[in-house]
Amino acid sequence: MPLLQVDDLTTYFHTRNGTVRAVEGVSFHVHRGETLGIVGESGSGKSVTCYSMLGLIPMPPGRIERGRALFDGKTDLLGCTPKELQRIRGKRISMIFQDPMTSLNPYLKVSTQIMEPLQLHEKVTKKEGLRRAIAALEEVGITEASRRVHFYPHEFSGGMRQRVMIAMAMITQPDLLIADEPTTALDVTVQAQILELIRMRQAANKSAVILITHDLGVVAGMCDRINVMYAGRLVETGTAEDIFERARHPYTIALKRSIPSLGQKGKPLYTIPGLPPDLSKPIPGDAFALRKGIRSGGKYANVAPPLEQVSETHWVRASDCELPSLEEVLNEC
Amino acid sequence: MLRFILSRLAQSFAVIFVVITATFFLVRLAPGDPFSSERRIPEFIKQRILEHYGLDRPAIEQYWNFIRNAAPKRFRPDRIFEEDPLMSAFGINLGPSFTQARTVNQIIADTFPVSLELGFWALVIALSLGLTAGLTAAIFKNSALDYVPMSAAMVGICLPTFVMGPILALIFGVWLGWFNVSGWFLPQDRVLPAVTLGLVYAAVIARITRGGMLEILSQDFIRTAQAKGVPYTRIVFKHTLRGGLLPVVTFMGPALAGIISGSFVVETIFQIPGLGRQFVQSAFNRDYFLVLGTVSVYAVLITLANLTVDIVQVILNPRLRFED
Amino acid sequence: MPLPTRLSPGEKRLPDPAILPEQIEEGTSLWKDAWHRLSRNRLALFSFWTLVVIASLCFVGPFFTPHAFDAQNLEKTLQSPSWQHPFGTDDLGRDQLTRVLVGGRVSLTVGVIATIVSLIIGVTYGAAAAYIGRKVEAVMMRLVDILYAMPFTIFVILLMTIFERSLILLFVAIGAVEWLTMSRIVHGQVKSLKKQEFIEAAVSLGFGTRRILFRHLIPNVLGVVAVYATLTVPSVMLLESFLSFLGLGVQPPQPSWGSLIKLGADNIQLYPHLLVIPAFFFSLTLFSLNFLGDGLRDALDPKSSKD
Repeated sequence: MPLLQVDDLTTYFHTRNGTVRAVEGVSFHVHRGETLGIVGESGSGKSVTCYSMLGLIPMPPGRIERGRALFDGKTDLLGCTPKELQRIRGKRISMIFQDPMTSLNPYLKVSTQIMEPLQLHEKVTKKEGLRRAIAALEEVGITEASRRVHFYPHEFSGGMRQRVMIAMAMITQPDLLIADEPTTALDVTVQAQILELIRMRQAANKSAVILITHDLGVVAGMCDRINVMYAGRLVETGTAEDIFERARHPYTIALKRSIPSLGQKGKPLYTIPGLPPDLSKPIPGDAFALRKGIRSGGKYANVAPPLEQVSETHWVRASDCELPSLEEVLNEC
Repeated sequence: MLRFILSRLAQSFAVIFVVITATFFLVRLAPGDPFSSERRIPEFIKQRILEHYGLDRPAIEQYWNFIRNAAPKRFRPDRIFEEDPLMSAFGINLGPSFTQARTVNQIIADTFPVSLELGFWALVIALSLGLTAGLTAAIFKNSALDYVPMSAAMVGICLPTFVMGPILALIFGVWLGWFNVSGWFLPQDRVLPAVTLGLVYAAVIARITRGGMLEILSQDFIRTAQAKGVPYTRIVFKHTLRGGLLPVVTFMGPALAGIISGSFVVETIFQIPGLGRQFVQSAFNRDYFLVLGTVSVYAVLITLANLTVDIVQVILNPRLRFED
Repeated sequence: MPLPTRLSPGEKRLPDPAILPEQIEEGTSLWKDAWHRLSRNRLALFSFWTLVVIASLCFVGPFFTPHAFDAQNLEKTLQSPSWQHPFGTDDLGRDQLTRVLVGGRVSLTVGVIATIVSLIIGVTYGAAAAYIGRKVEAVMMRLVDILYAMPFTIFVILLMTIFERSLILLFVAIGAVEWLTMSRIVHGQVKSLKKQEFIEAAVSLGFGTRRILFRHLIPNVLGVVAVYATLTVPSVMLLESFLSFLGLGVQPPQPSWGSLIKLGADNIQLYPHLLVIPAFFFSLTLFSLNFLGDGLRDALDPKSSKD
């Protein structure tokens, strides 16, 4: 039985400018100890998917229209009361956010913030909490932890703050860690360290990880399985091998071709033409076909393309879209 | 931290000094003198009076004399039983009044406590009402508990003291007869003036509180706290309050200055024997030393308030504490 | 009222698609967008039309009332409202309707002109400080900080009591107080704009300081300035009527809302209408100006808007 089983998750935002269909019928699962990558452009619904499960969507305007997220085989995260969800958040499911500069409270000492999950969920004493906070900081490689635990966030650098975030998220040894673009705001040199750190802490705690990113390069060395999202829907899911070696969906292929490290030296880099569609209008068919510069046969213009099974682990959404060649893309520019 | 306080302290002294100097020369530059306004006095008598007060001297000399007399001196504990305990004990002599039979020291000693009490109650009303309304509005954003207090606050801002005062006097004094329309004798005489003076600032504080709280509640680190499973009340009071109330603290400086100038009006409306009325009257009468005395008190009060605000801000906002 | 279980922390956290498509499709300009938002804000629109009505009443109305604002009639003092004098008469038998309208004209004029004075000083000072930068900027803004700490109303009162009271002095005194906030706001705006690319481009193209200041920076600051100018007018009117209430502002026989309110306050026990009517007009005007300013701010800066 998977640790988390999400079925048909659908989240809309009812704004003044219409209903934005941010997440549309997304299903996936995560096993204990494994790492799942969710990849897509900004606005593809990857963050909203995870925020929905934890009740972190601002409501209104957001609303979870339907779906189920069965955690640990018992609790439906989407159906349980706010109180129950509160007990799970920070205890059994933790999160790390994109921007460590703004994700820590500048008015509170780091010690207060790191100890908070322990005090809330495990009712530990202040002294014990502080001891574990120092230990947690040491585990994420912060030197002089017993002194620096009393610092305020602004006294740490960006990379250090992300380490603090990780320490704070892992201090309750959660079953699942959701990392939302944990390296995007960091220097390239620090990125690899942070990813390595997440992997180490994951191994030490035997936690599962959901890694949300727009960067296929980040998931490459890190994830067991990968979900690719486009316009609020899942377009392809499979093991890392399925995605990197046997990708079927044109969007996944385009994403892969636009990774700099996988391209050849001296050649211009592939870019996906056009922009994602406007999600405030219903999309009955293949969302990718609506993208400017993408040719499609029109088979799925008004019919929702089904998710087809390729192998036991590999599923692809049907599409008759065709990617333009590099020359065509360059001519467009 | 200590350096910061010392530099602010030095700045406060500079401000007080500049204010007093500017007032001195402003008053002296003005056409007319205290004895030219009403009845005509024979020239030779006027000359004698000017001599008596030293007003025939060059302006610089007069200024120097005033500063020398007004500057605080060594503390003399035996003098704290005088009519003007603090000023006497520090050897502060603010000079005579030309229109009243009391010295400026005595006038301030008589009237300042009244204004201080009025201002204190006004501040209590402004803070308690403003903070409660602002916090409620922020916590229950976009509900009736937000709209009603905020609309009331908007009305409050548009009803300045000199409109609010007479209207409150009309309703609660004349029509309902709950309070006296004027005077400062009974405890309940404090109610209408203090409410008049406090309401406007309560309205402003409510708006600032709401804005400050919502600003912090929309920050990323609040989402972090939610993700940690922090209950909503703890998010509001532990994670938001400090940053959310910073703008209110900043506003306390201008608020105090506003309450002081509001007291000029309120003391006139409700016939309160306070310092504000003395100031306005003395300016009208060109009662030089009384003008200088009252302005000095206000200058000290306002700079003290600003100093306190600066220090509290640094205490509340760790990012401002650079040198530790 | 149950506690909201989830915060609704502003639009900032919405997923990109909520904002993105609109920008791509239309690419509307800031001003067009702002106008669109403003015209949907009923309260701001209502305030705008209220102001138009009050202003036209005050500026045109006195020509059509049968009495002059300073025509005394000592046989008919302190009358209650009647057909002949819809707002009654004051202590010298002057028609209160005409006086309220003329008083509004004075108050509004003072409000607008003193705001313009403070605008010119504040914008120039703030923009110059931010543009010159370095030590000069630090000194200039420190000076503003110090001036801020000055008890300015006290000086204004001194000025008005000591010198010959005139409208010009009133403008100067009020303008001198109000420019401080304006200069701070403009300073902050220009400073953040200065870091942006199009200014750097202008610099690299070799445009002179003045040209960059007046052709590029100031037009971009206009939005914020418009908002704060709208909000400065009521605070100027407040200061003016505060002074007039103390007898230090506009001088008789010229009425202003402040001096009319003072007359009403003095006669409140017997003739409450003398207070209520000018106070109503005054507060309604302040109300409208504040709401219009708030609406403008929301329109020009959607991030700060309520929902």
